[in-house]
Amino acid sequence: MKPDYDVIIIGSGPAGICAGIYASRARLNTLIIEKGAIGGQIILSDCIENYPGFPEGINGYELMDKMASQAKNFGTNFESDEVISFDLSNQIKKVNLSNKIITAYSIIISTGASPKKLGTLGEDTYYGKGISFCATCDAPFYKNSVVAAVGGGDTAVQESIYLTKFAKKVYLIHRRDELRAAKILQEKAFSNEKIEFIWNSKVTQINGSSGVESITVQNLKTSNTQNLSIDGLFVWIGVSPNSSFLKNSLSLDKDGFIITNAKMETSVKGVFAAGDIRDTPLRQVSSAIGDGAIAAISAIHYIENIKK
Amino acid sequence: MSGNILEINDKNFESEVLKSDIPVLVDFWAPWCGPCRSIAPIIEELANVYLGKIKIGKCNVDDNQLVAAQYGIRSIPTLKFFKNGNIVNELVGMAPKPTLEKALNSLL
Repeated sequence: MKPDYDVIIIGSGPAGICAGIYASRARLNTLIIEKGAIGGQIILSDCIENYPGFPEGINGYELMDKMASQAKNFGTNFESDEVISFDLSNQIKKVNLSNKIITAYSIIISTGASPKKLGTLGEDTYYGKGISFCATCDAPFYKNSVVAAVGGGDTAVQESIYLTKFAKKVYLIHRRDELRAAKILQEKAFSNEKIEFIWNSKVTQINGSSGVESITVQNLKTSNTQNLSIDGLFVWIGVSPNSSFLKNSLSLDKDGFIITNAKMETSVKGVFAAGDIRDTPLRQVSSAIGDGAIAAISAIHYIENIKK
Repeated sequence: MSGNILEINDKNFESEVLKSDIPVLVDFWAPWCGPCRSIAPIIEELANVYLGKIKIGKCNVDDNQLVAAQYGIRSIPTLKFFKNGNIVNELVGMAPKPTLEKALNSLL
């Protein structure tokens, strides 16, 4: 029996689309399944400054729109659906979608990661009512407002700088006394008069009525708390893997990321992983692209051997 | 606006949404929002599928700040589902197509 596709790629971020380009150019019948928006979480980014080839930087959506067009030009198929579960036990692998089952010789998992939640009281109530993970989407709602951002990595610092284009003041709340972000971003943030740093602190409560009105912030060293009146709260405290649908089908690390080797092979033959979903030391567009290319080449070799 | 997507604005919101004979999905969006543009093809596809049964419209929050403010829109994309002039469901952020279909089917 011949499967529906040679390779099914789950997730359409940079890793998945790059894998699609390589697989389609190898003339494999390739499908990318995306449950949300094509492009993955990088489409939340206003400006990517560290992806080579774009000296002025490039908008996340624009970049991914180009990548998706490139894959389509080589014949990659896209489908909007959600993977519910797998059956990986046979050579022909089954993928259960919301209302049908499709099959392939090989699977590449590039489902990425999602922004972590704070886990703070009031958070779920106010998502979309003052709490956001996307500055490019929502910063324009905060013209001349006071907002707070949480985090200390690249995303938190870069997006806080973006917020200052609209907001009159941005509190940047970080649990340590120094930032993890790239030095160039730190320099920009420290010289930005609209950003006020609140070090060694965490948000313990989100308060409001129809929307966010204030947050309670606790200093982790002194245990003192203060109340900050804000109009919006942006959360960038890292990511968690989109791997819950995998259940026990593959080996995952303790945080839920897929364990791979340098060839992007997982614990199951013919199943590969690429990008933010795997146990990688770096989660960037440039590293996801490399992962996607390697995963595709590994899948191509694997399928060639089967078809022999 | 392409195909069967209706343009919803400050002026026609009452007549097209609140006084509609059939259920309405309003996609609050803006051109500067990447995820909004990325889900646009799915919204357009659904507008064709549900034609005549559910009205699907897009409201640009940049151009129509009255409606956006009235409904307290502070994150986009936000999808609001109306039936007989009342909000019966709401989805904030990028929702999978099956989730959208489920939400639309429950309006029928």
